[in-house]
Amino acid sequence: MSKKKFGGLGQYAATIGALLILCVIFTIVCDTFLTYNNIMSVLKQSMFIALTAAGMLLCLITAGIDLSVGANAIFCSCLIGMLVNKGITNPVILILVPLIAGTAIGLINGLLLTRLHLPHPFVSTLGMKNFLWGAALVVTGSQMVSGFPNSVMWLGTATVGGFPIGYIVIIVIYIIMHIMLTRTALGRSIYCAGGNPEATRLSGINSANVLTFCYVVSGLLAGLAGIVNIGRSGTANGATAIQPYDTDAIASCVIGGASFMGGKGTMLGTMLGALVIAALRNGFTLLAFSSAVQNMVLGLVIIAAVLLDVYREAMAASARRKEAAARAKA
Amino acid sequence: MSSEYVVELRNCTKIFPGVVALDKMQLAVKPGEILGLIGENGAGKSTLIKVLTGVHQPDEGEIYVNGQKLSFKNPNESAAAGIACVYQELNMEKQLSITDNIFINKWIKGSGGLLDYKTMHKKAKEVMASLGQDVDPTQAAGTFGMGVQQMVEIAKAVLIDAKMIIMDEPTSSLGEKEVEQLMVTCRKLRDSGVGIVFVSHKLEELFELCDRVTVIRDGQYVDTRDIKDWDNDSLIGAMVGRTLDNLFPKEFGTKGEVALKAEHLVEGGVLDDVSFEAYRGQVLGFAGLVGAGRTETMRAIFGADPLDSGKVFIDGKEVKIKSPAHAIQAGIAFLTEDRKGQGLVLAESIRNNLIMANLKGFCNGPFLNQKHILEAGKENITSLRIKTPSIDEIVGQLSGGNQQKVVIGKWVNTEAEIFIFDEPTRGIDVGAKIEVYNVMNRLVKQGKCVIMVSSEMPEILGMSDRVIVMRGGRVMATVDRDSKHFNQESLMKAAWGGTLDE
Repeated sequence: MSKKKFGGLGQYAATIGALLILCVIFTIVCDTFLTYNNIMSVLKQSMFIALTAAGMLLCLITAGIDLSVGANAIFCSCLIGMLVNKGITNPVILILVPLIAGTAIGLINGLLLTRLHLPHPFVSTLGMKNFLWGAALVVTGSQMVSGFPNSVMWLGTATVGGFPIGYIVIIVIYIIMHIMLTRTALGRSIYCAGGNPEATRLSGINSANVLTFCYVVSGLLAGLAGIVNIGRSGTANGATAIQPYDTDAIASCVIGGASFMGGKGTMLGTMLGALVIAALRNGFTLLAFSSAVQNMVLGLVIIAAVLLDVYREAMAASARRKEAAARAKA
Repeated sequence: MSSEYVVELRNCTKIFPGVVALDKMQLAVKPGEILGLIGENGAGKSTLIKVLTGVHQPDEGEIYVNGQKLSFKNPNESAAAGIACVYQELNMEKQLSITDNIFINKWIKGSGGLLDYKTMHKKAKEVMASLGQDVDPTQAAGTFGMGVQQMVEIAKAVLIDAKMIIMDEPTSSLGEKEVEQLMVTCRKLRDSGVGIVFVSHKLEELFELCDRVTVIRDGQYVDTRDIKDWDNDSLIGAMVGRTLDNLFPKEFGTKGEVALKAEHLVEGGVLDDVSFEAYRGQVLGFAGLVGAGRTETMRAIFGADPLDSGKVFIDGKEVKIKSPAHAIQAGIAFLTEDRKGQGLVLAESIRNNLIMANLKGFCNGPFLNQKHILEAGKENITSLRIKTPSIDEIVGQLSGGNQQKVVIGKWVNTEAEIFIFDEPTRGIDVGAKIEVYNVMNRLVKQGKCVIMVSSEMPEILGMSDRVIVMRGGRVMATVDRDSKHFNQESLMKAAWGGTLDE
């Protein structure tokens, strides 16, 4: 047991270290980085990333991927924009419609994979991303929408003593998902379906439903991210659906320990990963890097994160071999 | 230096970790003959073929081609020496044309280094015609039947002027007419001076086609005779002739009611009217050759593959099993033959694998009961003697035998009443085998029903109370332990298509 406990803390050391080093560098080169207001704004920036990354993590654990999370979120923002344009101000409708739409899109992604047997969600969710990008422009007539009522702005803007309430909501969601992944039969099934879907099916677990569930959750959280986006930016802009939100989400998960091979990844790691990405974006903005340069750097970060994943796998495999050899000798 | 033989293998030994696959093996093929090669599952046929084709390098022994001693470091060197192989699983690029398949990596190039399709198509058509196949070589290979696809493989061999062609169970995926055509082609090649090694599970084919037949067993050479000096009984006798060691700690339970009854199971092309009964307190063995439909029967009963028709009864009541989840609810446990691919999540811990088939049983409401899981896991590790430093060890790091015990533990934890073991001791060492047998003994004594599919005849004879022999998706015989047919010769006879008198 003691070995396992050590592993539990140790597995985040690299991510925490990366986050701290990043903060130290930004603090040195930019005197406004390490201020209370700016740290809060990093947290605010991480909210959208954290929500999309949480859904992405479930898909990655099953050895899948959801490339439509970003476009789904922006589409949901634009749906709210459409409703507001039509003069609807009922907060219940404005909140429920995007959540339902996001969930439905996730359900479609899941069904395409499990019922229509598309070969890999990479293709279907990539198609969905492009569809949603177009759909986001259609529902808003390609116009940027602003002037949202406070009810939908609240989640993205409200603070307690400067601390974003939305971030508290995200922490609660992360805790619930953490418990789901680590303490429930459903969570076990998700890891098992990622590690070996055939063995999982032959163990009497309905792998198809488990996989569908992951994409549904990813869609629901994307819908929530759409609401957060309204509060954060005050606008709904269909053109931003093509922004690299999905890569931010993937990078967060992989930096936090998830693997494209499936079966790995934790909520805490993903939260830390999302903070790393948010800190990077925040620091670059403070240093007045253009968004073009930011995208270049983040593109490299995701490549590095995948390399890290591959390297980690190779290291683990060679460590296992050495251990087995040592045991065989003994 | 010349020789009577086109290819000769002498004193060849090949050792894999823990297994002697070939032990002083020999094989000699004359030019212009068809040599049958026959042996039980695991006798070493595949390894022998792979040594000849340069896939494996022997630890000891020599290979002579036309009397010249050669050693093959890789398949290219073997091909260059004129040895070709048509594998059971064809290596076809189905989307590409027949010409592309024949000339893969041997392209004919015209001026400027571009591919000369005109010449290649012409040659492809000629070669295929010489094999009796009048086909348009520009068509995609996948649009043709298995017979033609196999001819494409043979055409590749002809094109490199192969001196010897090995055919590994070439008829297993062919229809009757295609087999006929293949035999015509084989004779034609023989008459042109090519030596052919014909591996088959079908004795009648050997008698029809071969000039001589070599029998191997347990990685060792047994005998080679002209075909007229063999008959059915002497071939089977040579194949199975080994003594049973007392490696089977068989204990007997009390025969109870019928736990599982299958009636007229049909799965198109796979199962043909399979019926049987399995009793509580007994081990029912399923014998047969690889591909006889035993695993398919079990997968169908377990709901892993759909049945076309047929009924399954558990404790006398008909059940409709649509999925493995249903089967588990109905009290069936199924230890698949491929433990790594179908039994375990290798990257997960022992603890997590042990609960996989019964997650609900380990939950309080929606939450996993970690205390219960830990207790059950520790109990499994003790009672099954799983050798591991910790319950949290990753399953992929365990030895094969210990992995198999984890799979068994996973199913014991479902509290099933019917246990199907598919090749439960494949690839595990003797000590672990005996522990697996002891688990079966324990289950039988608890009045549970055990079904064991095994390709190891001694294991079938050592552990079964009754044996069902299958061949080609059909039940060939049912033999009780006290029957005069409860012996290796009779069971093998049934497995090879013979009938047992009453």
